[in-house]
Amino acid sequence: MPKPFTPKVVTANALLEGDVIYLAADDSWVRSLSQAEVLTDEAVAQIRLLDASARQAEAVGVYLADVAPSDEGPQTTHFRETFRATGPSNYAHGKQAEG
Amino acid sequence: MYRYTDFDTAFVAERNRQFRQQVERRIAGHLTEDEFKPLRLMNGLYLQLHAYMLRVAIPYGTLNSAQMDQLALLAEKWDKGYGHFTTRQNIQYNWPKLRDVPDMLDALAEVGMHAIQTSGNTIRNVTADHFAGAAADEIADPRPVAELLRQWSTDHPEFQFLPRKFKIAVTGSPNDRAVIKAHDIGIQVVEREGRIGYRVLVGGGLGRTPMIGKELTEFVPLAELLPFVEATVSVWNLLGRRDNKYKARIKITVHEHGIDEIRRLVEDRFAETRQAFNGADLELFDEIAAQFQPPAFRNVPTDAYDSAYEADPVFRAWADTNLWDHKAPGYAIAQISLKPHGQTPGDATADQMRVMADLARRFGHDELRISHEQNVVLPHVHKSDLPEVHKILKAHGLATANIGLISDIIACPGMDYCALATARSIPIAQEIATRFDELKIEHEIGDLKIKISGCINACGHHHVGHIGILGLDRAGVENYQITLGGDATETASLGTRTGPGFSAEEIVPAVERVVQAYLEHRESPEEPFLAAYRRLGMAPFKTALYGEETGKKARAA
Repeated sequence: MPKPFTPKVVTANALLEGDVIYLAADDSWVRSLSQAEVLTDEAVAQIRLLDASARQAEAVGVYLADVAPSDEGPQTTHFRETFRATGPSNYAHGKQAEG
Repeated sequence: MYRYTDFDTAFVAERNRQFRQQVERRIAGHLTEDEFKPLRLMNGLYLQLHAYMLRVAIPYGTLNSAQMDQLALLAEKWDKGYGHFTTRQNIQYNWPKLRDVPDMLDALAEVGMHAIQTSGNTIRNVTADHFAGAAADEIADPRPVAELLRQWSTDHPEFQFLPRKFKIAVTGSPNDRAVIKAHDIGIQVVEREGRIGYRVLVGGGLGRTPMIGKELTEFVPLAELLPFVEATVSVWNLLGRRDNKYKARIKITVHEHGIDEIRRLVEDRFAETRQAFNGADLELFDEIAAQFQPPAFRNVPTDAYDSAYEADPVFRAWADTNLWDHKAPGYAIAQISLKPHGQTPGDATADQMRVMADLARRFGHDELRISHEQNVVLPHVHKSDLPEVHKILKAHGLATANIGLISDIIACPGMDYCALATARSIPIAQEIATRFDELKIEHEIGDLKIKISGCINACGHHHVGHIGILGLDRAGVENYQITLGGDATETASLGTRTGPGFSAEEIVPAVERVVQAYLEHRESPEEPFLAAYRRLGMAPFKTALYGEETGKKARAA
C-alpha cells in the first residue's frame, strides 16, 4: 500500500550564500520556514519541485521536506529540518541570529 | 619548515585563477551545479547544512605564525570569527559565501596555503605526528616524507579520479600519534642496522566498515618509498570497487583479495614504477629535508619553570597534563587545548589564533602544529618560557589542562553543520565535558579518550575511542551507540559495541556509568581505562549500562 502523502515544503540552499531557503507561494525564495508554501497535494508538490529544481541560478540541492502545518505556519517534523530552519545548536549562528 | 618554491606558488596561483573563473561562470549561469560541483570539490568547497564550507589543507599539521595569522584573518573577514580544526589536521570555515571563496583562496596563497585535494576522490592532505621534529621518542622527522608525498600526489594525473578518497599518514616514532593503522596507507619511520627506512601499512580505515591496516612491507629504503607507494595506489586504482562507493576504499580491496595477493600485485607493479623514478625524487627529498632542520635551541637554565611548577598548582596541573617530552634538553612540547569545558571541540576564534601565532613567534621558534585530536601544539618551547606562555594562554581561554583526559574529546561537526550527519556530535561532547568538570574527577580518571561521530562515516574516529559514541537517526530521533575498547595508537584496536543505543538525554549518564564502573573495577589509579577494559572485558560495563541481567549474559558469552 503506498505511503500516504504528508505535507511538504520545497527547500534548498541559496546559490550565493549557501543558506537554507524555502519556496513561497509567489515563487520567491524565502529565508524563513514560516513563509514557505505548504504543499498538501502530491502532484502539485512534484510540479513545484520540478520547477524549483530548474532554477539553477538561484538554488542548489532542491528537495521536498516534511512539515506539519500549524497556525504559526509550517513546523518541522524531523530534527534535521529543525537545525536547517534554525541554525546550529552550539552557537546562535545562522537563522536564529538573523531573527 | 618547508617554504613554497616559485613553482609551488605559480601552481597555486594558476589553480586559484581557474577557480575564480569557474565560480564566475557558475554565478553567471554558464555552468550547472552538476558541472560546478566537482570543480568546487577539487578546491575544498562543500555545501553543508547552513552554508558553504571551505576545507583548507594544513599539510602534516605544520604552520608558522604568519600562516596562523592568515587563518585568523579568513575567520574574521569571511566567516563568523572562528575556524574549526579537524582530525585530518585541516581547518574548516563553516560560513563562507560562494562569491568570497576565490578571495579566500588568494589570501591563503599569500602565505603558501591552499585547499587543493582537501576533497574529492584523490589523495587527501597528508597527515603526520603532531610532535614531528620535536618528540623525544622520534627516530626521524616524518615531515620531509610527508612533504614529498604531498608534492608527488598533488595533481598526480593517475590519481585524480580514484575509486574513492585516499588518506596517508606518516609517523616518525614507534609511538603512533598519527593513527597510521586507520589510514589507507600508514607509513612508519623505522631503523634497522643503522639504516632509516619505512614500514608501510595498508587498508586501514574507519567508516561503515572499520579495519586496522595490515603490514604491506616491514622495510623499504627511502630510494624505494615513493615508487612503492605509487605502485600501491596504482594497484588499488585498477582493482578498487567503482561499482559501489561503500566498497570502494582500499581496505575493502585488501579484505577481498587478501594482503598476500595485494602484496604480490604491488611488488609486480613496483618493478615497473621503480624504473620510472630516475632519482629526481631523492634529490627533491634532500631539498625538502634541508628545510626541516631543527631550530637553534637555547641552552639556558630552567629555573623559572622549576619555581613556577613548585609554587603554582594551576601551572603545575597544566604542565603535568599538557606538556610532552622534547628531544632537546630544557625544552618541552606544549599542547594547547581547544577543548575548554562546554565549548565546541576544535574551534578557535580569530583572536585565539592570533594569540597562538604570537606565542609561536615569541617563544616557539615560529612553529605550530595542528593535532589530529583537534588541538594546537607549540612544538619547541624552552621550559623557562612556559610560565609566561601559560599566563598568556590562560588569559585567552586556551589553558585548559585536559589533554588526553575525558574532556579532550574528538567530535566531528555532526548534524549541527554536516550534510551527511545523522545526529549531532558537538552538544554531546559539550555535555560530557561539562558533566565531568562538575564532578571534578577528570584528573582522577586519567587517560581516557572519548571520540564522537555524528554518522557512520566516523570522522570523529569513534571506532578507535576508548569510549566511542556514534550518533544515528532512529525513527527521527537522535540515538547514540557506545563502543568500548578502541585504540588509535600503535596498539590499535576497534571498539566493541556495548548494546542498544541511548537517547540524547540518556547518553551522558550512560557514559558516566561506564566511567564509574571503571573507577570501581580498576586495579589501581595507575591502570588506565583501556588497560582495565582489556583485562576485564565488556561484562562490568554492560552491567553498568544495562543492568545485572545483561551483564551476566556478557560474562557467560
